[in-house]
Amino acid sequence: MSTAAADVIDSHDDHGPAKGIGRWLFATNHKDIGTMYLIFSLTMFFIGGSMAMVIRSELAVPGLQFVHPEFFNQMTTMHALIMVFGAVMPAFVGLANWMIPMMIGAPDMALPRMNNWSFWILPVAFGILLSTLFMPGGAPAGGWTMYPPLILQTGDAFPFLIFSVHLMGISSIMGAINVIVTIINMRAPDMTLLKMPMFVWTWLITAYLLIAVMPVLAGAVTMLLTDQFFGTSFFLAAGGGDPVMFQHIFWFFGHPEVYIMILPAFGVVSEIIPTFSRKPLFGHDSMVYAASCIAFLSFIVWAHHMFTVGMPLTGQLFFMFATMLIAVPTGVKVFNWVATMWRGSMTFETPMLFALAFVFLFTIGGFSGLMLAAAPADIQYHDTYFVVAHFHYVLVPGSVFAIMAGAYYWLPKWTGHMYSERLGKLHFWLSTIFVNVTFFPMHFLGLAGMPRRIPDYSTQFTDFNTIASIGAIGFGVSQLIFVWVLLTAWKGAKATDRVWEGSHGLEWTVPSPAPYHTFTTPPKARIASESFE
Amino acid sequence: MLRKSLWGLLALSFSGAASADWGLNMPKGVTELSVETYNLHMMIFWWCVAIGVVVFGVMIYSLFAHRKSKGAKPADFSHSTVAEVIWTAIPVVILMVIAIPVAETMVKLEDTRNPDISIVVTAYQWRWHYKYQDEDIAFYSSLAKPSLDARRKQSGIDPFAVDNYLLEVDRRLVVPRDAKVRLLITSNDVVHSWWVPDFAIKKDAVPGIVNETWFTPTEVGVYRGQCTELCGKDHGYMPVVVEVVEPEAYTAWVDTHREADAPQVADAQ
Repeated sequence: MSTAAADVIDSHDDHGPAKGIGRWLFATNHKDIGTMYLIFSLTMFFIGGSMAMVIRSELAVPGLQFVHPEFFNQMTTMHALIMVFGAVMPAFVGLANWMIPMMIGAPDMALPRMNNWSFWILPVAFGILLSTLFMPGGAPAGGWTMYPPLILQTGDAFPFLIFSVHLMGISSIMGAINVIVTIINMRAPDMTLLKMPMFVWTWLITAYLLIAVMPVLAGAVTMLLTDQFFGTSFFLAAGGGDPVMFQHIFWFFGHPEVYIMILPAFGVVSEIIPTFSRKPLFGHDSMVYAASCIAFLSFIVWAHHMFTVGMPLTGQLFFMFATMLIAVPTGVKVFNWVATMWRGSMTFETPMLFALAFVFLFTIGGFSGLMLAAAPADIQYHDTYFVVAHFHYVLVPGSVFAIMAGAYYWLPKWTGHMYSERLGKLHFWLSTIFVNVTFFPMHFLGLAGMPRRIPDYSTQFTDFNTIASIGAIGFGVSQLIFVWVLLTAWKGAKATDRVWEGSHGLEWTVPSPAPYHTFTTPPKARIASESFE
Repeated sequence: MLRKSLWGLLALSFSGAASADWGLNMPKGVTELSVETYNLHMMIFWWCVAIGVVVFGVMIYSLFAHRKSKGAKPADFSHSTVAEVIWTAIPVVILMVIAIPVAETMVKLEDTRNPDISIVVTAYQWRWHYKYQDEDIAFYSSLAKPSLDARRKQSGIDPFAVDNYLLEVDRRLVVPRDAKVRLLITSNDVVHSWWVPDFAIKKDAVPGIVNETWFTPTEVGVYRGQCTELCGKDHGYMPVVVEVVEPEAYTAWVDTHREADAPQVADAQ
């Protein structure tokens, strides 16, 4: 340990990384921390994905073949918690760590030691969460939404669930503070707020959302904890509490959380589409306003997750109208992406393919979202596979595809080599086909009346479930191609500094691979403001 | 010969589908409001299709026409206030067109006044309990025995051989046709949700809270649904089955069950 610390001091002059494990344990470099976030996220993606494989295997045909209902519920709960907090969110933080300083011309994140903390809390949090699988009573099985009173029936895993959620929240809040401080204080001199790249903008908004809602989640789960162990009855009707109150508090966190997982995706796609259309992003400023609008609206729509809990009519109408309004700024974003492509000069490398699939399939998820907003119809859709189809469309070909697109887009900048385009395209096409085979039939299942979170179903739901299961296995296996792409990422041709013909922005002015320290002096003001020459 | 056996195999693999049908869409249902809900669902669906055709149409055209391999030269426009105003205003108008009928249906859905029959529905892990407010009738409704036997892990019983696998109960809820039935829904333990797609109503059963909802079935028949809020390990095994009968048959049913299913008897079960 002491040698590692000495190395850090020694290497200060030549600005190289520390040697050995200390480089990672005591990392303060935004690139190293970004890399760790991304590797962590990919690991969680496969762990959460293998749980999805258990779910889909059990649901392939009616009858119980592989697991008991208790374990099935543990799988659905853990799959969601791991994918939301372990895969999608850390992936975006990883991209933010790597790219935000390089996009705004800063030498590093503003608070590098806190950055180290916010990463290293995560493996601990997920170590705790995964350890619950081996505890008496098993892992949490009450759904990732943790509704009381059901969640209070969790076995020994219960306090561990609460503490791991606390840790994830602390990590997210620290990461968000870091992003905000970096963006506000460390931009290149001439980079005014409205000249910032869209990825930076969407992350700035996301970071504010995180700071606003993660403490709310922490409060809600703490009340669960005291209800269970300290005799309070915040959510227990028998003691004068209200189980529905938890749902309100949870979704006050939960809905902005949805946008926390999609706004950075908007940012990534808004970087990629202009590059491969060789044309500037259409309506940059209105994109900023649209993202801000979405962020604001996300705070006043939470109860659309609760149209069946029994709310006053006026409340239901308010939340219905507010929810429908979100379609307007979201529509603006989609129209602007299409207008960016319009009369461009497009090529279709892997990042562009993923970004285009994002626009198509996220929009389909948006359509089902609009349908879900209509309260009477939502009463039919609520808690059925229609909802499962909806949120998987916005999360998998939405958020996850955007992360994949970003990874392929910036990979040559990170490694200094071009990845295998052939493998990338194979990965793209298999993912896109199988993601639709998996999730499209779920719309039909939900409309035909199949509730979500059930381990077994009536026989009329068989065919679409079988199709979805085949798609899921295909999608899962296809992701191994991505690992292969990463493992061979250093074998390709040397990447140029600009990497892509149409690339724009400061991150493409530094060499490939990006040196350990970039922009130790702020870049020339002119370069910062010129996105296209 | 080979082709024949392949077709046979295909037919065999879908024989399960032959007994059930490939449900694609929301059922129209058998109440005035379920039909209204279905129509709203279809109206919004067709709006989405129309918007999708325009947006995806423009996008797909662009993908083919504006590609570098076809020699497309990039234009240099990067914003247009007129365009932004247009594609902000049009969705607002479409949303208003959608929102008005939706709100009208919502108002009707919440109007639980003047019921003909009131039934208290109490959810338990994992069964339903029904109590007819004005009759001395109360009973539990649990998963039927054939499904119960077949649902066990590796039970060896083919679910396709069980009638209405997982969607049959030992005692059905019976209501008369054309009566406004009000349900007062609550729970004894965790949150559950009572759903029958053909009535287009779904209401959470929350401990400590009594929720209200209503339906007026217009056709006799047997209508099936399930618990739709995760309620623990047997969440998938608490179906809802409602039998709608002619009013005379209902009166007869009440007469025969009033004595046998007096609440104290049922509660001692």
